[in-house]
Amino acid sequence: MSKNNPIKALVNGLITENPTFVLMLGMCPTLAVTTSAINGLGMGLTTTAVLVLSNLMISLLRKVIPDGVRIPAFIVVIATFVTVIQLLLQGYIPSLYESLGIYIPLIVVNCIILGRAEAFASKNNAFLSIFDGIGMGLGFTIGLTLIGIVRELLGTGCVFSVRVLPQAYEPLTIFILAPGAFFVLAFLTALLNKIKMKQGKPTGKTGNCDSLCEHCSVEGCSGRSISVEVTGGDK
Amino acid sequence: MGNLLAIAIGSAFISNVVLSQFLGICPFLGVSKKVKTAVGMGSAVVFVITLASLVASVIYKFILVPLDITYLQTIVFILVIAALVQFVEMFLKKSMQSLYQALGVYLPLITTNCAVLGVALTNVQKSYGILESVVNGFATAVGFLVSITILAGLREKMEYNNIPKAFRGMPHVLLTAGLMAIAFFGFSGLK
Repeated sequence: MSKNNPIKALVNGLITENPTFVLMLGMCPTLAVTTSAINGLGMGLTTTAVLVLSNLMISLLRKVIPDGVRIPAFIVVIATFVTVIQLLLQGYIPSLYESLGIYIPLIVVNCIILGRAEAFASKNNAFLSIFDGIGMGLGFTIGLTLIGIVRELLGTGCVFSVRVLPQAYEPLTIFILAPGAFFVLAFLTALLNKIKMKQGKPTGKTGNCDSLCEHCSVEGCSGRSISVEVTGGDK
Repeated sequence: MGNLLAIAIGSAFISNVVLSQFLGICPFLGVSKKVKTAVGMGSAVVFVITLASLVASVIYKFILVPLDITYLQTIVFILVIAALVQFVEMFLKKSMQSLYQALGVYLPLITTNCAVLGVALTNVQKSYGILESVVNGFATAVGFLVSITILAGLREKMEYNNIPKAFRGMPHVLLTAGLMAIAFFGFSGLK
């Protein structure tokens, strides 16, 4: 995972460490807003915008921010950009703002953004960080859009509100309701596992729940918060 | 009183925080391997969310609204929550050793639990007063406790089942959660 050229940084986020299917980060928006393809795409792009801006800002500030208070500083930077984007959405794309609702401010606690700030932007220059942000963001967008397409197709027979299946198709409404989100993600992850097994690759994080879960709640997001507590305590 | 009860039942069961609003999925999937740890995590969440919704709504009402800076709510809430978790941990460590032993390890994990920020924001969105916010926070967290405990119980039972290889790990946990979500749909009849 040498990340010294922009292409590598980009591919890394899109495929090698795809946040949705490989790292399993940012599960809340993944499950919550993917009731339709357009919502998934909108959420993905919104997150990408925040991610790129916060990566840029944090990598520019990385020499200024003292190590002891870096996590609170990162959170403030991220929360600022989220607020800016929220107000912009409210002003210019009110329909998306309505349908994403409370999940826009919740981008602040999306593990992906704090995770990239800590793991990449705080150690690399601004140029690379932007590409890392774009790669990770697009990887997340693809994951969300894919789930959104499957759910919308099965749940309403449409994709991006364009009817794909014939009128005779009886929509399985459950797929645009809450349980459908769990089912679709489960099957897509299982499919990915299957493909990986065929290729003879170790299924790795997605195959083993323990390492996955620890990744999710200990390394992924909450590991950062432990350091929040540690740094806070030092003061 | 009836109003408060409606809020409580609504947030705990009808629109369950995990199974229908998808907040706090990370700990829900991550810390639900054993019933004991699930209960520990759930209780810590109850404690923090109740406190956080109290503090957040007080700050909103007496600081943000009078100064007309409500657009800063996201930034203010996330900082307040992080600081609050820190204080709770320090306080428990000093004065309630037994509770700290039980909840201590879970506390730091809660800052990034989106349910905490989610409840604080929902309270504002629905323009709940301080008492309503606290009730809503407590009920939401109880909903989390109930569902994470049920999931952990199911996962303990399924540990030795023969699951197809591709479905091992996350996929079958997600499927279980999906079935639970269907079951929780039944509560919408309570409305």
